[in-house]
Amino acid sequence: MLATGVVGAVEDPWIRWSWVSGHIPVIRDALTQHIELTVIAVGIGLLIAIPLGLLAWELRLLRGPVFSLTGILYTIPSLALFAILIPFTGLTVLTAEIGLVSYTLLILIRNIVVGMDAVPPDIREAARGMGYRPLAEVLRVDLPLALPAIMAGIRIATVTTIGLVTVTALIGEGGLGSLILDGLIRDFKTPLVVGTLLSVALAIVADVGLSGAQRLLTPWSRGRSTA
Amino acid sequence: MSFIGQVLQWFLDGSHWQGDFGIPNRLFEHVSMSAESLVAAALIALPIGVTLGHIGRGGNLAINVSNVGRAVPSFALLVFAVQLVGIGFWPAFIALVALGIPPIVTNSYIGMREVDADVREAAKGMGMRDRAVLWQVELPIAAPLIMAGVRTSAVNIVATATLAALVAWGGLGRFIVDGLAQRDTVQLFAGALLVALLSIAVELSLTALQRITTSEGLRNETRIQEVRSTSLSAA
Repeated sequence: MLATGVVGAVEDPWIRWSWVSGHIPVIRDALTQHIELTVIAVGIGLLIAIPLGLLAWELRLLRGPVFSLTGILYTIPSLALFAILIPFTGLTVLTAEIGLVSYTLLILIRNIVVGMDAVPPDIREAARGMGYRPLAEVLRVDLPLALPAIMAGIRIATVTTIGLVTVTALIGEGGLGSLILDGLIRDFKTPLVVGTLLSVALAIVADVGLSGAQRLLTPWSRGRSTA
Repeated sequence: MSFIGQVLQWFLDGSHWQGDFGIPNRLFEHVSMSAESLVAAALIALPIGVTLGHIGRGGNLAINVSNVGRAVPSFALLVFAVQLVGIGFWPAFIALVALGIPPIVTNSYIGMREVDADVREAAKGMGMRDRAVLWQVELPIAAPLIMAGVRTSAVNIVATATLAALVAWGGLGRFIVDGLAQRDTVQLFAGALLVALLSIAVELSLTALQRITTSEGLRNETRIQEVRSTSLSAA
């Protein structure tokens, strides 16, 4: 398998452009799948984390159990979490997504609670004095003010998920991870380099894009460093 | 027999507890590989983070190294290491050390910077030399955050050591990788349980260790918790 240094063997360069130009559709599909897996994971993660985070913030009693449970999920290595699910959900996208969503929860919930905790009590009092009902206060006063912390959580969760998606290659999904796995199996550097560079680039683009979105969504915090 | 019954039987099978391919040896491989990598990562990262924090320079570098570290998939790191040094112990070791460094650098930097300037001034005013300020004032105060960094690294390393089986090294990941390759869901599941239990045990014991290394004057102080959460959301 590893015939490096064999006399007469052609040296494998870090990148073979002919392979890249011949595999554009493959690379594009891998990148698309990578983005899909990430967006679905962070999206569903948010749908679960927002109500759970608000509940944990409102009821202090729940904080311990919520943080312990999501903490345990976060601690289990990705490959092991996928492997625990396989006997039940098989080698499917569902298995990959359940695992990926699990990892976003701790980060998202923690940042929601931290953000809500940071809302000044005076502002909350003022909102109540102005006649906001509890739900309206949370949605229109607290959540917007907690947004910088929540967005910071979304950024960390997104970048982490983009890295973890590569591991799903081992259970037959993987996005760009399938290129990295290909590089390992065939001992061929080009797909490894392409898969890694695109994955890192995707993480940077997502991070910068989300930080831009945060700036647009919270114009009042501009000039203050939030992340 | 039910699936859970089969898993139970797998654990009760004496042959899975003996020899090079048995659970005890795989556990030993996993733990020793992780421990060696963590020590190497700490030896590299601690002097960098502590020094930068002490002199108050290179903050961008110290903080961004974690962001970059998060963006590089550990799986890719491992395969790159294979391309550099072949398969076996070394690629796994190199990848684990590389991914263990950033959290320790960032947390030790932040820990040192979070030391109250007044406390530092008071120490100097008491006539302490720079070295004494570092060892007797700054480091003890920064210890909880530094330990938080070590804990993050340790948990990441133990988790990623599972992938070492892919590059022909052992560890508990062997059961998962072999289970996947042989379509043996019982072995796969049993291996995953072992890995999950080990990771949780490491996390819990390091949390306890972190509590012990916190100096008495700092215990029960909510400030530490706040600092930790802000540094986490900032990192």
